[in-house]
Amino acid sequence: MTQNFPPEPSLSARLAAASLAVSRCFQCRKCSGGCPLTFAMDLLPDQVIRLAFLGQEEQVLGCRAIWVCSSCETCTTRCPNGIDIAGVIDWLKEEAGKQGKTASQPLVAAFHHYFLESIRKAGGRLPEARMLRRYGLFKLWRQPDLGELAGNLKLGLRLFKKGRLRLAGPEPLKNRAEIDEIFKQAEFKWQGK
Amino acid sequence: MARKVTYYPGCSLEGTALDYAASIAGVAPLLDLELAELEDWNCCGASSAHSVNQYLALALPARNLVLAEKAGQDLVVPCALCFNRLKVAEKALKGDAGARLGVSFQGAIKVWDLLDYLTQDEFLETLAGKVVKPLKDLVAVGYYGCLAARPPAVTDKKDYENPQNLERLLTALGASPRDWSFKTNCCGAGLALARPDIIDTLVQRLYDQALAAGATCLVVSCQMCQANLDLSQERISRKFGRDYYLPVFYFTELIGLALGHPQARDWLKGHLVDPRPLLDQKGLW
Repeated sequence: MTQNFPPEPSLSARLAAASLAVSRCFQCRKCSGGCPLTFAMDLLPDQVIRLAFLGQEEQVLGCRAIWVCSSCETCTTRCPNGIDIAGVIDWLKEEAGKQGKTASQPLVAAFHHYFLESIRKAGGRLPEARMLRRYGLFKLWRQPDLGELAGNLKLGLRLFKKGRLRLAGPEPLKNRAEIDEIFKQAEFKWQGK
Repeated sequence: MARKVTYYPGCSLEGTALDYAASIAGVAPLLDLELAELEDWNCCGASSAHSVNQYLALALPARNLVLAEKAGQDLVVPCALCFNRLKVAEKALKGDAGARLGVSFQGAIKVWDLLDYLTQDEFLETLAGKVVKPLKDLVAVGYYGCLAARPPAVTDKKDYENPQNLERLLTALGASPRDWSFKTNCCGAGLALARPDIIDTLVQRLYDQALAAGATCLVVSCQMCQANLDLSQERISRKFGRDYYLPVFYFTELIGLALGHPQARDWLKGHLVDPRPLLDQKGLW
């Protein structure tokens, strides 16, 4: 007996549907040539694009490269075929999050969630000091490093003395309901664990 | 008559970059410029929104654009990241994103990054005419970072690989800007908390290249770059067994210094890499 499965749009088609076509890539590797983060990557940007085109979803969603990308937009700027490479990487990060596949760089993925959740809780603006504290504790729990802790505490104290770390505020917006609505529409799900 | 623009400070100018905020507020009146803060503005979502939720990445900056358009004047933004996200939203809203987000934006206002705005010809002329303490012998490299320039399809910049505004400004202030190849290379600020090890490599490269160009300091127009280059200098020196000393100035601080703003020295007190020894040595303190 044969079984029919509905066709699964390939990764490349889903990217194209999000205006992020990767099929134009002719592998000139200019993206990887200009990328300042390659030293920390497992796949180079051109390989991410190629593997995405080939539908190798497990590989591109599970790689470290998409999370250590600093979104500096050099690749997107220089691509001779107009591929928004940094945009593809953003899309892959969001998709990896949806599928719970952030294990390659959980600390980076969680940072983005701490950042956004802090904005939501504070009613529209980023409470820097609170975010630093919350994320710092999370990171310490996930990856205990007493040297880094000591360094960060010292740095925090110096910034505080210099007046660059405000413990209070920011005040919630007058129209914080609009921010709550935006987060609701975005279906933002806290994944900071 | 004073020119008036709407001003979107962004979150860090209320926190870790209070010194940048103070220098901007101090310099604007010297240029007969009135900065009217956008009322009830919200965070643009920065790199976190576009990394994990594309809807937030548009809807958060879009709200600010709608508010700014109602306010009527062009929008001036000191943070490169906020500027970039606002420009992304502007492009999207001029397309079909408005209907999706349920907002209306006609595109009647222009979004500027502060450096571009203040280095328009007329401002540079005004500045040059008001210099009381030329920054003579201050050899500097201009460090633009990433997102005020790139990608040009978003930022509408023409000289995105080799911008010259900081160099023009520094020359007008009497300083000596040096050319270098790393002026728009990334410092990785967005990874500063999660992966400081990566920052160490990226930032050390910038220090070394600035020194190789003969610079004694860096001049920035982005508070993320400033924080990253200033706050990590001691750690990077220790890690690599070097003794880096490269003060990291905001361009607005140098304008204040050259134009003799009475508070200019106070702004500089917020820096972790104390610029006083350098300025003392050049007779500028």
